[in-house]
Amino acid sequence: MEFILFYIFGFIAVVSALLIILQKNPIYSAVFLILTLFSVAILFLLLNAQFVAAVQVLVYAGAIMTLFLFAIMLLNIKYEEKAFSKLANLKITGIFVTFVLFIEFMYMIFLRKGLGIAGNISPEKVAEVGNVELIGKILFTKYLFPFEVASLVLLVAMVGVIVLAKKKF
Amino acid sequence: MDYSIPTINLSVIGPEIIILLTAVSVLIIGLFPNYRRWSISIVFIGIIFAFYDIYYLWNLNQVGFDGMVLADNFALLFDIIFLIGTLLTLLLSGNFINQYIRGTGEYLSLILFATLGMMLMASTNDLIVIFLGLETLSISLYILAAFRRSREDSLEAGLKYFLLGAFTTGFLLYGIALIYGSTGTTNIYSILNFLKDGSVEIGILFYIGMILIIVGFGFKAAFVPFHMWVPDVYEGSATPVTAFMSAGVKAASFAVFLRLFITGFSPIISQITGILAVLAILTMTVGNVIAIVQTNIKRMLAYSSIAHAGYILVALTALSRNIESEFSAASIMYYILVYTFMNIGAFGVVIYMEKSEEEVLKISDYAGLGFKKPFAAICMTLFMFSLAGIPPTAGFMGKLYIFSSAVESELYGLAVIGVLNAVIAVYYYLRVVIFMYMKEAVLDFSYLSARPVMALSLSISVGGIIYLGIFPQSLINLLTNIL
Amino acid sequence: MLKEYLPILILLIFAFVFAFGILLLSHFVGPRKYSDVKGEPYESGIKPFMDARVRFSVKFYIIAVLFIIFDVEIVFLYPWVVVYKEIVSQGIFIFIEMIVFVVILLIGYFYLWKRGAFEWE
Repeated sequence: MEFILFYIFGFIAVVSALLIILQKNPIYSAVFLILTLFSVAILFLLLNAQFVAAVQVLVYAGAIMTLFLFAIMLLNIKYEEKAFSKLANLKITGIFVTFVLFIEFMYMIFLRKGLGIAGNISPEKVAEVGNVELIGKILFTKYLFPFEVASLVLLVAMVGVIVLAKKKF
Repeated sequence: MDYSIPTINLSVIGPEIIILLTAVSVLIIGLFPNYRRWSISIVFIGIIFAFYDIYYLWNLNQVGFDGMVLADNFALLFDIIFLIGTLLTLLLSGNFINQYIRGTGEYLSLILFATLGMMLMASTNDLIVIFLGLETLSISLYILAAFRRSREDSLEAGLKYFLLGAFTTGFLLYGIALIYGSTGTTNIYSILNFLKDGSVEIGILFYIGMILIIVGFGFKAAFVPFHMWVPDVYEGSATPVTAFMSAGVKAASFAVFLRLFITGFSPIISQITGILAVLAILTMTVGNVIAIVQTNIKRMLAYSSIAHAGYILVALTALSRNIESEFSAASIMYYILVYTFMNIGAFGVVIYMEKSEEEVLKISDYAGLGFKKPFAAICMTLFMFSLAGIPPTAGFMGKLYIFSSAVESELYGLAVIGVLNAVIAVYYYLRVVIFMYMKEAVLDFSYLSARPVMALSLSISVGGIIYLGIFPQSLINLLTNIL
Repeated sequence: MLKEYLPILILLIFAFVFAFGILLLSHFVGPRKYSDVKGEPYESGIKPFMDARVRFSVKFYIIAVLFIIFDVEIVFLYPWVVVYKEIVSQGIFIFIEMIVFVVILLIGYFYLWKRGAFEWE
């Protein structure tokens, strides 16, 4: 069952990811991005990473995609399309990075090398205790300090919104 | 029970907490126009308290949050450098603040948040906190770069910096992920133990992760070939912001490099000496050669700052070759401190020369300054001498230490290329001096009035480079014992 | 473990089938007559006179960014709630750390409020 679901949603993720970059209309691309994020969230779920799956849907497919759509609406698309078509070397960079990542994943998946060392929490343990609880336990004890610093990053972002986008500040 | 209660030791992050409280209070005070004039005094009081707290923590070597945060002398020294940079920048910001009076709170708090990010980067032992510190720093700087948002060049600077910065943050984060994947930890000491232990083979992904981290910080510190953003961002940002980011971001990146190289990656760092050497040669040469043809002083200083990243990289290469060498590490720290003084000082004179409505940024505009405004011209001359590495300024001693650390690590070729670069650099630094003293004035300098606060900042910088240039030994002794 | 998600899967399938089913149904069953007038967007009887794609005001963007920031904040609360009861028996610090986190963001909230970020001007 898990395998079937993995293949179904993996396939959807790949196809919709391709459609993102093949669409002419940026709004369509954004909608396909939502689909990709959704199917990746389900892949996370299959890996017992419920928290990451939920965050993926809440923050990425929800909030960040809203921002994406607004950003697209903010732009003067016809002008941007013309400007963007000039950036041919971006394509080359993109293809290069994709190629490198592809080689790396193939190396890891098929040669099973460089996988690093196993962590001390097994998938069975995650299934038993629950992913959210494990994350909570480690985040609010061992990683307490980074957690507080994260609020700082958010505070700076708030100041940034006002400085950059408020009509009169 | 799969968790342990961490030790919470707030005194370790004392300076950071003080800066955070200061930043937040000026942000709030900036909202109330009646009390806005107090904000700059609050910032200075905050910085003085932070200095006092650093003085208190010195030599105590405190550790907190289960070894995640350190207040060792290394971290405190970098805190001092960052705070000096912030202080000098703020003393120079008077004009800018008056121009954007409604944004006083935002400007001051963003500068302080950026400083806080740098301090976090220097005083942590965990890659995650380094990343978060870098994000705090970078986001503040993206905003500061685009602060003059009614101007197109400023917006372009902010956008360019943000896009390229976000791109390389991806590299950095991916590098951290690969290192976490292959070692199972983000703690730098645990990475060191993993490498020393040797029971698990160090995979190629670890090396890729290491290179990606170097790329990520190399972007921030403006190494060639990750330097494309530097001239446009430095030119488009307001000059106080440029001064701040040219000194601070570099210092923070090199603090992380030092921490990573000396502890985390030390067993294998000698394997990438070649890569670092190539980066150093490219960074120095490209920076210096392009700086020669610049006519805009901000762009000239931008390329010069790239070249200076290259000089520091020479010492870093020497350090990677011979990781035990305390002298190499000391020469890096010495140079960063000196660079903070001389570069912010040079930008300080540029700020002094600026008119509020139209900017005076061409090098030829400086013609005749030596006779009309002798104090500013003398300061500028000293900063140019120091940047070029002419005795008795601290820039000379810094370069001397850096190239001798390269010789000490038997990197003779690199040292020779470095010296050749320093000779090239003399040309474009001295050109400014020649314009100031040997050309007829083209501008009427009557718009320049005396600015005591700015003069104070310039005097501190001049004092710093002269004092450190004549009596470097005590500082070098301190720095060699710091690790 | 996947059994717990069976209702969600059923819901997803149902939503998918329903959405596409209705579209397909109207495609095959409904009568189709095209004409120029029918192809025009409906504008209360007025002839459309400009491009439908207009640029949005930057005000929407502010709202969207603020939404993300507070959304990310909320995400941290979920794991906190789940583990709160167990860890608080070891010490009160888990309560204090969330208070610190929320207070830092409340300062930001106060700042945004005073700056008028929530006003539609």
